Amino acid sequence: MDNLSYLFAAYAIIFAVIFGYVLFIWRRQVALEAELRAMEARMRALDDAAGAAKAAASRSSS
Amino acid sequence: MNGRAVRLGLGLVTLALMLAALYMVFVYVPTEAEQGIVQRIFYFHVPCAWVAFASFALVAIAGVFYLWLGQQVWDDLGYAAAESGMVFCTLVLVTGSIWAKPIWGAWWTWDSRLTTTLILWLLYGGYLMLRAMAGDSEQGARFGAVVGIVAAIDVPIVIVSVRLWRTIHPAVLVTRQGGHGLEDPRMVATLLVSLAAFTALFIWILCLRFVTLRMRTRLGALARSLALAEAAAQD
Repeated sequence: MDNLSYLFAAYAIIFAVIFGYVLFIWRRQVALEAELRAMEARMRALDDAAGAAKAAASRSSS
Repeated sequence: MNGRAVRLGLGLVTLALMLAALYMVFVYVPTEAEQGIVQRIFYFHVPCAWVAFASFALVAIAGVFYLWLGQQVWDDLGYAAAESGMVFCTLVLVTGSIWAKPIWGAWWTWDSRLTTTLILWLLYGGYLMLRAMAGDSEQGARFGAVVGIVAAIDVPIVIVSVRLWRTIHPAVLVTRQGGHGLEDPRMVATLLVSLAAFTALFIWILCLRFVTLRMRTRLGALARSLALAEAAAQD
């Protein structure tokens, strides 16, 4: 291996590792965002159902 | 200005600084007389080391605050810093090894600087393994904080190792005789720009990872509330 190859290898590895790590974080973030949205939607649905049940109960009692 | 815009801005600043650093490393800076072209590895090797040290110091600071205040945000910051630091510490070892082969004729020697850096890498590898095994438990976070603080003791040892022990590692930034070992002002300028580029890169990566960990924490809290709400709805 000549010296230019060592130089190329060093810089290629640096950028490959950094790019790979940023990609890993980005993919994790996208997955978590989707999970968060799904969970918030379930929470809202549960709140709505609880609100509707409460309203029905108050109507039936009156 | 929201967090997403800040991260985007930081990413653009990092990109601009990185392009400037690459231009200076490959076009602007003169080739070093003794080592030749392979010495240019140094302009990214040193900033990787600086960033790794800064991140491990941040792990220790976050650990102290977590043990003191018990707030999850400090644990998330420490974890994000440890993971990013591990990436840069790996790059320090790999690029150092690639530089060593043509200069020393060997990929690795048990030199004091190299050995203490490897110990640092192993310590934070241990930290990340501990965190992975402990999951999201509070006990895991506490143990992680203690390990992060203890492991940071190795950072100053790595820095002063070239002065404390006999070593073949070049002392470029501060030589044993005082002053720095860079013969040309263009070399100093290139190193400074590279340091700025890697500092910006580290802050950007740290922000991205920190946000991801904050989202995971929020998701955990939401999952617990949801389980409680679903149990209440069934009753």
